[in-house]
Amino acid sequence: MEWDWNFVWQIMPTLLEGLKITLLATVLGAVVAAVVGLLFAILRLSAPKPIARVVGFLVEFIRGTPLLVQLYFIFYVLPDIGISLPALVAGVIGLGIHYGTYTAEVYRAGIENVPRGQWEAARATNLTLRQTWLHVILPQAIPPMIPALANYLIAMFKETPLLSAITVLELMNQAKSIANSNYRYIEPMTLVGVFFLIMSLISVVFLRWLEERYSRVEER
Amino acid sequence: MIDWSGYIGLILQGALVTLQLTVLGSALAVVMAFTAGLARVSRSFAVRALATTYIEFFRGTSIFVQLFWVYFVLPFAGITLTPLQAGVLALGLNVGAYGAEVVRGAVKAIGREQREACIALNLTRYQSMRHIILPQALPLMLPTFCNNAIELLKGTAVVSLISLTDMTFQAQVVRAQTGNTLIPFTVILVLYFLMSWVISRSMRWLERRMTRGLDGVRG
Repeated sequence: MEWDWNFVWQIMPTLLEGLKITLLATVLGAVVAAVVGLLFAILRLSAPKPIARVVGFLVEFIRGTPLLVQLYFIFYVLPDIGISLPALVAGVIGLGIHYGTYTAEVYRAGIENVPRGQWEAARATNLTLRQTWLHVILPQAIPPMIPALANYLIAMFKETPLLSAITVLELMNQAKSIANSNYRYIEPMTLVGVFFLIMSLISVVFLRWLEERYSRVEER
Repeated sequence: MIDWSGYIGLILQGALVTLQLTVLGSALAVVMAFTAGLARVSRSFAVRALATTYIEFFRGTSIFVQLFWVYFVLPFAGITLTPLQAGVLALGLNVGAYGAEVVRGAVKAIGREQREACIALNLTRYQSMRHIILPQALPLMLPTFCNNAIELLKGTAVVSLISLTDMTFQAQVVRAQTGNTLIPFTVILVLYFLMSWVISRSMRWLERRMTRGLDGVRG
């Protein structure tokens, strides 16, 4: 079978429609991951020991099992106990929680990397706990985290095709339905690959820039 | 009441396929990681460019897209693969690309003085790589390889979407036949977790073994 450019232009609008959903899922998933990760990190760092242990195990469990199965779990099992979610919402929650366990580690490392002396100095200058966090710890902890967080954002973007398995009409699913109804696989599948490759090449450049910009802050 | 024994057997059969995929995929990934990783530190520009293209291509697109491409598009080029072959190929090439960067990083991390000592002793490039650089670089790679192996295990779930009867696929079959969702999915989640636990345990053991002779070589 030959590559057909006419067919490419014909399916392009549908694929772009899918790309929009892919990007939407990535952005929403990133927001959930950022919040969930912070929650996990705080619980592991400062909750009472038994709770920290349980959270630690939960994080290990989520990291050790496939995202696809977790998505199935959210999409198919939760309705049985009365929580029925639209596919996109289920997908965003799944992505967010899965990547939240990764971002939690980034937060933890970032916070633990702030030298002890900073905490002690904050106490010595009689800052409240809130002031210590807002004005001393976080401004030093966040910049080194940014490249690592961006890295996971890109990883998450590349995992969004899994959402097609729970019927979200994102890029991959649009390509599959085009392929199935036209019996042509070459163009849609290759185009999806090209879309992802272009987006991730752009994001690699962006990541390099972030790393340069924020590693300098650390050296100061 | 549902008779679960048959269904459990089905899921265990799937677990076997998942194991098979993980082992074969890891084997291919290790080969690709060393080939491409060492090619990236090669003296020849063409070899370096080829390796970089491979790595960027497979790291830049997702495993899911690669798998579908291998399974649905390659047949048009005259290469028809069984789902298992397609799965092993896609997983191995994908994780191999990540592993290649690990190999490169570890080889680069070995200090300049080691290389200079090799030159001073008149070792060939092959000899210094084989006897000096790699034995020291290998322990540096293992922790990341462990993470990569777990990523590969998690990646195997995706092959259920090209109708390979792995654990996730069998869980879907059980769900369709019994109408029960909670039990099959919980069972496979636990099984996946156990597998990744075994991987991380055995990698830690391997790491201890490999560093045994290196006491005092590195600080």
